[in-house]
Amino acid sequence: MARATTNAAAAPAPAQELSGPAQHGLELYRRMLVIRRFEETVQSLFQKGEVHGTTHLYIGEEAGAVGVGDVLKAQDRAAGTYRGHGHALGLGVDPQALLDEMLGRASGVCGGRAGSMNVIDLAHRLIGCFGIIGGSISAATGAALALRREDGVAVAFFGEGTTNHGYFHECLNFAAVRKLPVLYMCENNLYGEFTPWEDVTAGEIEARPRTLGIHTETIDGNDVWAVREAAGAAVERARAGEGPQFIQSMTYRFVGHSRSDPGAYRKPGELDRWKQRDPLLVARTKLTGELGVPPSGVDEVDAAVEAQIDAMIEAALAAPYPDPSLPVREFAPQAEHAP
Amino acid sequence: MADLEFRRAIRDALDEELARDERVVFFGEDVAKPGGVFAVTPGLFDAHGEERVFDTPISELAITGAAFGAAVSGLRPVIEIMFGDFLPLAMDGLVNQAAKYWYLSNEQASVPLVVRSAVGAGGRFGAIHSQSPVPWFQAVPGLRIVAPSTPVDAKALLKGAIRDDNPVLFFEHKRLYSIKEPLPDDPIEAATLGEARVVREGGDLTVVTAMRGVHDALAAAEQLSADGIELEVIDLRTLRPLDLPTVLASVRKTNRLLALEEGPLTGGWAGELVARVSEEALGELDDVWRLTTKDLPIPYSPPLEDAFLPGTDAIVANVRGRLVAA
Ligand SMILES: Cc1ncc(C[n+]2csc(CCOP(=O)(O)OP(=O)(O)O)c2C)c(N)n1
Ligand SMILES: [Mg+2]
Repeated sequence: MARATTNAAAAPAPAQELSGPAQHGLELYRRMLVIRRFEETVQSLFQKGEVHGTTHLYIGEEAGAVGVGDVLKAQDRAAGTYRGHGHALGLGVDPQALLDEMLGRASGVCGGRAGSMNVIDLAHRLIGCFGIIGGSISAATGAALALRREDGVAVAFFGEGTTNHGYFHECLNFAAVRKLPVLYMCENNLYGEFTPWEDVTAGEIEARPRTLGIHTETIDGNDVWAVREAAGAAVERARAGEGPQFIQSMTYRFVGHSRSDPGAYRKPGELDRWKQRDPLLVARTKLTGELGVPPSGVDEVDAAVEAQIDAMIEAALAAPYPDPSLPVREFAPQAEHAP
Repeated sequence: MADLEFRRAIRDALDEELARDERVVFFGEDVAKPGGVFAVTPGLFDAHGEERVFDTPISELAITGAAFGAAVSGLRPVIEIMFGDFLPLAMDGLVNQAAKYWYLSNEQASVPLVVRSAVGAGGRFGAIHSQSPVPWFQAVPGLRIVAPSTPVDAKALLKGAIRDDNPVLFFEHKRLYSIKEPLPDDPIEAATLGEARVVREGGDLTVVTAMRGVHDALAAAEQLSADGIELEVIDLRTLRPLDLPTVLASVRKTNRLLALEEGPLTGGWAGELVARVSEEALGELDDVWRLTTKDLPIPYSPPLEDAFLPGTDAIVANVRGRLVAA
């Protein structure tokens, strides 16, 4: 399975004259663009029959995972959802290994065993992606029990629909009474599957963590700098012993909930309005304006990501499938793999 | 010589493993300061402190899911789900998360997690505080199920479960908590999981059982011995995976197998055991059957509950009827 990897962190050499914030901003933009192109690739390979089952894409929500991923330290960890490709890439999971996993190949990040909804990559701080609503919340809550011994923080990504689940209520209370270092990152994309959140949610989402004494904030989830700032402060408060933190990150998915969803529930004009707040557009505007990056500098990133994705597709399609005749172990042999 | 009580054996195992390995933590409802609703865990909080031993909210989703998250992040959690009947609320964390992680992650990490739970009927607790939840987990690859029958074994197996790198369900039968046996001279060491034990030798019939059933089968064996029927009794000790070789060796000697399970006829470990033995040794079997409860909820009223359970008298009558008829 050894193979040269195209790591998300390996940025093209930035132009010399750019300021520190501009270079960093360009890198955030690049990571978001990798997620965008990755997701588009998954969609098109799905249509070609190379990706199977179902997928839940993160298109339109990229600033969330990239903003959070950028503030985490080596000892921190995060748990994502079935809409988890972005969560994984935001943490630095190798896009090639992730794409190979989507295609069910042996070189996939989980050897083709996991697929789109269940990706795990501990080496890149990803506890897992959870196909059951709320699983990411409990996994991160428990991880925080362990990580606090090493000054670490755990992050749970989940959608606004998940705030109606028992996992949410049980775990936030559990974390609050134990003062666990965990960031609950609620990505409010206005819908749970096909149902508008306000139709099935009583009161204000923010009021729920707040009543437990959890520090709570609502932010513009399409501005990667806003996410970065809020998440960075929250993670450091958690690390400093202030207990669990909650962020409601307002965002919108530009594509269906899963691959079979035409999006008939969207309100008129809603998609177009949100597309004007596309996280990539927001970033490009700030880069070329306030941060003084020449448009050609952003175009170079676009071209580099395009080339990276093309090469990835070629490599993924050429990668071997796992061998069904290989033996599989039901149990971990003693003392070999305990973390 | 001092005696060891079953509940004390469990407490001591936890105490020793908490002392031995700082990655071990223990939490659940009412387990720390109150010492557990079955008085199994007193003193652990005082000995090991609030960071290692703590009381949780009444939140089985959170307890189990958090134990999973902690186990894949460097701790070795032991949790208590007060009654086995509450395990359906813990099912997602165990079945969908813990049990599959080793496989799905392509062996990136295992899940060293123990779930202790009080199970079993005969205490007049009624239908929803008396079940043996083994069948609910029997069909879940990646889980181990441990079910001790004696104090010494409870201690050895719990220590073994805590040191095992996989998720383990550790079932404690309520009607065993107060039994005692002499404390052995040598320290009780961690047992390897997955090994059954022949606890009585006999040539006429192999009775395979676990937990309270071991005591009932041994008592039945004494009565049947007076009739000239000699039972060989096997204590499975681990119900998932089953120790088939030990059972097969016995069946090759006795040519008859009775699987005795406190649980419904349909879907239990007894059915699985009978299937496995039949596949492996059909030619050696003169007879094979199960003695279980009916496929009904467990009743409350004492005469109803007593008649419902496959206790000593039921075993004696059942074996006599079957062997005489054969
Ligand atoms: C326990 C459980 N119930 C239902 C589902 C089916 N389901 C998958 S995604 C989803 C909507 C979740 O909405 P939200 O939390 O807002 O996240 P989003 O998909 O919008 O990111 C539902 C109901 C599930 N996977 N797990
Ligand atoms: Mg949503």
